[in-house]
Amino acid sequence: MNGLKNDGISEIVDGKRVIVKKPELLAPAGTLEKLKIAVRYGADAVYIGGQEYGLRSNAGNFTFEEMKEGVAFAKSYGAKVYVTTNIFAHNENIDGLEDYLRGIGEAGVTGIIVADPLIIETCRRVAPNVEVHLSTQQSLSNWRAVKYWKDEGLDRVVLARETTGEEMRLMKEKVDIEIETFIHGAMCIAYSGRCVLSNHMTARDSNRGGCCQSCRWDYNLVEMEDGEEMAITQEGDSPFAMSPKDLRLLQSIPGLIELGIDSLKIEGRMKSIHYVATVVGVYRKVIDAYCADPENFTIKDEWLEELEKCANRPAAPAFFAGTPSADEQLFGVHGKKASHDFTGLVVDYDEATQMVTLQQRNFFRPGDTVEFFGPNMNTFNQVVGTVVDEDGNELDAARHPLQIVRFKLDRPVSKDDMMRKGL
Amino acid sequence: MNKPELLVTPGSVDEIKKQIEAGADAFLIGEQRYGLRLAGEFNREQINEAVTLAQEYGKKVYVAVNAIFHNQIANELDDYVAFVKETGADALVFGDPAVIMAVRETTPGFPLHWSPETIATNYYTANYWGRRGAVRAVLARELSMDAIIEMKEHAEVEIEVQVHGMTCMFQSKRPLLGHYFEYMGNNMEIEKRQGTQNMLLHDEERSNKYPIYEDINGTHIMSPNDMCIIDELQDMVDAGIDSFKIDGVLQTEAYRIEVTKLYRKAIDLCIDNPDQYEDEKEQLLQAAEELQQEHRPLDSGFFFKETVY
Repeated sequence: MNGLKNDGISEIVDGKRVIVKKPELLAPAGTLEKLKIAVRYGADAVYIGGQEYGLRSNAGNFTFEEMKEGVAFAKSYGAKVYVTTNIFAHNENIDGLEDYLRGIGEAGVTGIIVADPLIIETCRRVAPNVEVHLSTQQSLSNWRAVKYWKDEGLDRVVLARETTGEEMRLMKEKVDIEIETFIHGAMCIAYSGRCVLSNHMTARDSNRGGCCQSCRWDYNLVEMEDGEEMAITQEGDSPFAMSPKDLRLLQSIPGLIELGIDSLKIEGRMKSIHYVATVVGVYRKVIDAYCADPENFTIKDEWLEELEKCANRPAAPAFFAGTPSADEQLFGVHGKKASHDFTGLVVDYDEATQMVTLQQRNFFRPGDTVEFFGPNMNTFNQVVGTVVDEDGNELDAARHPLQIVRFKLDRPVSKDDMMRKGL
Repeated sequence: MNKPELLVTPGSVDEIKKQIEAGADAFLIGEQRYGLRLAGEFNREQINEAVTLAQEYGKKVYVAVNAIFHNQIANELDDYVAFVKETGADALVFGDPAVIMAVRETTPGFPLHWSPETIATNYYTANYWGRRGAVRAVLARELSMDAIIEMKEHAEVEIEVQVHGMTCMFQSKRPLLGHYFEYMGNNMEIEKRQGTQNMLLHDEERSNKYPIYEDINGTHIMSPNDMCIIDELQDMVDAGIDSFKIDGVLQTEAYRIEVTKLYRKAIDLCIDNPDQYEDEKEQLLQAAEELQQEHRPLDSGFFFKETVY
């Protein structure tokens, strides 16, 4: 992995090996606010959903106007925007597709993420300047299928979550195409696209955005013997569950970079701005640190601790090193609380008075020790002093979501920095 | 009017003979290394025997190569598709485009059936795969009757529809049963249960029981009911649907044979005497109901069910 070969991935500069093929850090952006946060915290690209043809019916989902604004904002940071258009369409979804894709093209997005050949071919026809990336919904897990999509003219493929690092290596060797893979977040336990539990259990079409996450529910396992039902589990046993731990490939980022993977993707269009900021911020640091000096790179504990501050499930490396063990599933529990609460978003900071103006996101009160973090500063702790509202009235606590409050800080912060509180 | 093919999934070469007598026109067979959720395991020798037998009676054999492949097995596909062609089988059933690549290199022009299960949901995409070598699209089971007929109207490929049996709701690459037993500390029990196909997930809230089993392709969870639309075939026959499939996975041979007989009769009546079909279809449904195990009721799948998203 550390061979000093001319592999297109690294070069020797002043006697030191550096990575020249830096992968794209791709972040979820469920809303315009999340898009701006993701880009400000270091994402090279974001993926968003439009009003139709995406898989998150409940996410914010952008209008064409919002897409344009998002693209302009991203562009000012040199970042790209992709639109998830990855349903498996039914006949009734064909009408309107052309107009929709034209709208995406006109909004100036770089590419769309697609599963259905209907949408691939229609996009080519009506919005030929938009890149086409194959969605993970196609469960792409072998190099010959990668070659197929390359021959079909796709710009990039997103691999199935079931693909191992070694499998990625062969794909990269055999096929010259951009590869995007998930590095962090919640994931399907089924092959994506091949699960219709929601269709059966709740009459909601999982492959058109209706997934109700039935795989996270508990079941009883029984055995049929000669037409008789036999309970397999005893009273008090944990029920059968198939809920996977979340994916976290922080420790494998060096491996992924050395494989030449083109885009490293974070899951979670439904997640909060705090989650997006935290996760993007950590992976930005990891990628930059490794690329600058791969030989002396080590994983810092603080990065792992930082991820815990927004993690609502235990994490595991899933398929990267092979089929996951029983230990990578959740039995008897459904998740955990993150170690920190997101308590405020910095709206403004006045250097003269050292007063921060915050939008409240969770309860806090004077005397609490909180933590400030942001993309261009070192994280610091602060004991909250006197808190006042917009009109200068002193508050015994910041109780109301989105309430504007002010208090004095020991160190400067900037707009869009965040405040969190340990639990 | 074209008579639709009656396609079944036999468990063995022996069963093929009996299925022919029961009225089957075509057979879907294969081995789990390459094919998904098959009723029986056919090694290469048995596939040869099956094709020979079917051809003797003028019947067709399709070989399942519809797994989701990882690199290792993707590399074996040339050998396998060459073998399938050599047997004289009528088509390869695929979902993963790696199979198209293997056929292009090894057996160009060999007929393909596009069968990715849950994701075969619109006619444009069916025709897309038609332009890539598929002569038939096997439709998702989560479609309504109206959507199926609309697909047939626009399709440039043959359309196959499952009319009876269980359907897969979920496939994971992870060994979920094994993991659960391991978590419970019942390591001894895992061995005993490997290869068994009599486990059910009980969903108390919906009073449903979902069959669950593991094989080389991972863990499969199946529908709680068997779909049966033996009493609703006429519109699809009139629309010219090309193939009706009875999926007999996790069923007994005796069950499969009896179901074939009922559908043989139903299809023949739809073609030869629609009035008589109208008169007898309730009885046919009742006869099918009598074949069911107590915990597996019949339903009409998604044919008449509204799905939202």
